[in-house]
Amino acid sequence: MGSPLAPLPVLVPLAGAIFLALVNKHSARWFADLVSISAVSASGIISLVLLHRTASVPIVYWFGGWTPRGGIAVGINFYIDPISAGLAAFICLLALCSFIFSLHYFDSVGNLYHVLMLGFVAGMCGFSCSGDLFNLFVFFELMSISAFALCGYKTEEPSTQQGAINFAVMNTIGGFLALLGIAMLYARTGALNLAQIGRALSHQADILFVTAFVFVICGFLVKAAVFPFHFWLADAHAVAPTPVCVLFSGIMVQLAVYAVARVYWSAMEGPMSGHQAAITSVLAIAGTITALLGAIMCFAQQHIKRMLAFSTISHTGILVVAFALLKPKALAGAALYVIGHGAAKGALFLVAGILLHRFGSVDESSLYGRGRSMKWTGAVFAFSGLGLAGLIPFGTFAGEHGMDAAAEGTSFWWVKVVFIIAATLTAAAVFRVYARVFLGRGVPNAAEELAKTSDEARETKGPHDHVPAVMFIPAAILALAAISSGCVPGSVAHFRRSASVFSETAAYQAQVLDGTALQEPMLSKAGEQPFPAAIRSAVTTMLAVAVAILALLPHRHRKLLHVERLSRTFLAVRNAHSGKIGDYVVYFSFGVTAIGTVLVFLICRH
Amino acid sequence: MTITARRWLFGVCGAALFTIFILAVRELPQFGHYRGPYGDVLNRETVYERHVTDVVSAVNFDWRGIDTLGEESILFLSVVGTIVLLRTGDEEVQGKDNEDAGPNADIPLPSDATRVAALGLVGPLVVFGLYIVTHGHLSPGGGFQGGVVLATAPLLVYVAGALKTFKRIANHQFVEIMEALGIGGFLGIGFLGMARGAYLRNALPLGTTGHLFSGGTIFLLNVSTGAAVAAGMLSVMYAFLEHTIEVRLRSKA
Amino acid sequence: MSILPYVVSGWLFIIGLYGIVTSRNFVHLVMCLAVLQSSTYVLLLSVGYRVGGGPPVFASVPVGTPAVDPLVQALVLTDIVVEATVVALLLSLAIRIHKNTESVEPDKIVELRG
Repeated sequence: MGSPLAPLPVLVPLAGAIFLALVNKHSARWFADLVSISAVSASGIISLVLLHRTASVPIVYWFGGWTPRGGIAVGINFYIDPISAGLAAFICLLALCSFIFSLHYFDSVGNLYHVLMLGFVAGMCGFSCSGDLFNLFVFFELMSISAFALCGYKTEEPSTQQGAINFAVMNTIGGFLALLGIAMLYARTGALNLAQIGRALSHQADILFVTAFVFVICGFLVKAAVFPFHFWLADAHAVAPTPVCVLFSGIMVQLAVYAVARVYWSAMEGPMSGHQAAITSVLAIAGTITALLGAIMCFAQQHIKRMLAFSTISHTGILVVAFALLKPKALAGAALYVIGHGAAKGALFLVAGILLHRFGSVDESSLYGRGRSMKWTGAVFAFSGLGLAGLIPFGTFAGEHGMDAAAEGTSFWWVKVVFIIAATLTAAAVFRVYARVFLGRGVPNAAEELAKTSDEARETKGPHDHVPAVMFIPAAILALAAISSGCVPGSVAHFRRSASVFSETAAYQAQVLDGTALQEPMLSKAGEQPFPAAIRSAVTTMLAVAVAILALLPHRHRKLLHVERLSRTFLAVRNAHSGKIGDYVVYFSFGVTAIGTVLVFLICRH
Repeated sequence: MTITARRWLFGVCGAALFTIFILAVRELPQFGHYRGPYGDVLNRETVYERHVTDVVSAVNFDWRGIDTLGEESILFLSVVGTIVLLRTGDEEVQGKDNEDAGPNADIPLPSDATRVAALGLVGPLVVFGLYIVTHGHLSPGGGFQGGVVLATAPLLVYVAGALKTFKRIANHQFVEIMEALGIGGFLGIGFLGMARGAYLRNALPLGTTGHLFSGGTIFLLNVSTGAAVAAGMLSVMYAFLEHTIEVRLRSKA
Repeated sequence: MSILPYVVSGWLFIIGLYGIVTSRNFVHLVMCLAVLQSSTYVLLLSVGYRVGGGPPVFASVPVGTPAVDPLVQALVLTDIVVEATVVALLLSLAIRIHKNTESVEPDKIVELRG
């Protein structure tokens, strides 16, 4: 049956949410904070215990006691392996930091903000642990609904509703596209359990299977904000409250890539085994465009939260490329990268929240020089920027190193260059903001520019004249987590082992359906030298600093760089991000059709 | 993009997508020839395993109970989300309590036929809703369906024009408690199963097939779901109504 | 035609998307989303149908009588009720937009761009 702890990471936050809703009218704010922090901490501790317990053998937990009968799964299971338990623990860490950040100051509507956040956490934890395809869809919807409501939280601003409705409509369409795929898979295999679907799929990839595969993958990739489904993410992040953005960018988007990997490796690998080149090409191209487009758009933003959102898009594109390589080593790198990037991004958003609290603005030009007194906050900001650049020994460095090593020697060796460009531009944007806001360098903007920028609605109450400790401490914690994820000795080996477990399809199916325990997976000896990679990361960081300095030069120097010709094409790209839901859905249908047509053509040639 | 450009671009993509879908769907098992083992196992084993005759309810509350808990949580969080989104902010003013509908009131009085029919149906709907909720494990029905029927009973009060009564019903403390207890009850009953090895395992005596109190926890989960759904729907309706009345009041002022 | 239900499902999905693409009113847009959701229900239910099968309720017929698939029915019925509340959530966003900007046209709201 498995450990009784397995469902608790989902049930504890959910119980907390229901309890807080019940006592909503009678409880004080501090009580809601206390319950939420306890629920999230308890859930995190349980996830860490599960992480420890599943280090060698994953746990399969059947709800309702319905174990498989004759190889047919009749109930729903949670599959807890190091990657899913690790994701659950990381979700709880980010949520804990968000709750601490919103202590006392955040303008909450009774307890309902806490209820929605706890529901969001429960949905994400369930999403990472589930072993049943429809159950995955249910938790997908659960985390989406909470996210929609949290995104639209600041109801007085018209831009909030635009961001929230773009987010809601796009993600719902994606979810239901995935459900269409799930229905087709059910019709083909008669099963909803991932392991059983994998077993029941014959080894022939016909058009039904490929279409179902495309629908499910594209549905999840909408949430992962991969080009051309990425347009909603910047809108949503620009308007959501800061602690919510931490969760969005830190883990929600990356969970969708995890789900793609999970569904692929547990259910779809069989028929696809002869067509890996096709999948790798299509997804690697999509990921590359996402990474580069996100990085360029990131650098062009003035609004700090929107800039960080595009940087998330870019880094998630890197994750998609890592998945596309379809190798356990790349997967291990990706898992480490999720932690490193998520923590760094969370810290960056929290600093943006601090700026919003103190100055009522997150616009780079209107904040010019105002952060000069906030030395430590600025330091956290710059430090996390180093994390985005992938400097050794951040978690992102170890992750990228793993992904590059996996791409070595294949026809996709060029992804290394993509990673460098994306990391450089996103880190450069962070450094540029640091220099402008916290150091007061660069060119102060003219008065007309200042007039164009509007003030953000404040999301916090209370005195705005200093940086509260409850806001600074979680930012510092996350920045430290970003660097320590890469420093823990033996962590890389641990991630490698977890990734091997993750990608062993036949063993997964045997354990879930037959109950046979796994053997310790054989690991190929590492063999890569970290030294050249360390040089590479240092070069990337220096490039990022250089680009940031270039951006700070006065306009007359910029003409030397021929930016004018590029800006016309670039302007077209920027205008495509129009904020209109109709456009986004057209791009979405174009993307699904393109990916579907290409894969069907490549795989189903009779 | 202009609407025309969108139409053209979507026309092409949509047609291609539809074509792929049709080609794929031709490979599905023929309509009417469901093959899969899962449904047959459920049909065969449910009455024996759980002493209930409605397999769909058993699937919802026993075989795949955690899915239903997830769906109910979605419902619960949507209701909370709607209330959060429609809350009156600092800049808005809560409209004063207006009287019931009348010829000079803000809401025009519905016709006599409407009022009679609506008020006449309230009682039977409540009974019918309760019947569907409690007999969900015996015949088609259950918490979800019955809950929606129960929620329409107060709505008919609104349709009949008795606005103040509707607000009193919908805003009552009882509704909030029923909603949280509904889903909290589901969550809690699931923990009973932990004693027998797994969350949401049916841990109560199963009774005799065909009797009202059979199916163990299935019956209780049905009832709690009915409460949660009815209360949730009612809260959503109330939130929308509050908002609309307020807008109307403000536009008159 | 033995694939007609599936074709209907695909058609509902496509016209739901088309409605969203060309919508000039947020309420209409949310309703098109509801149409899109119903396409998945049609597909799921038609996948589970069995010719000559009765409902999966064995109150008056013995176990073993041919019946349709209960699983998809269970999935769809919870989904329908839940998605009704999701539509309510989206409609409340539409109401807020109207309240803040006096307009419900998707293309007229351009606070966020670039």
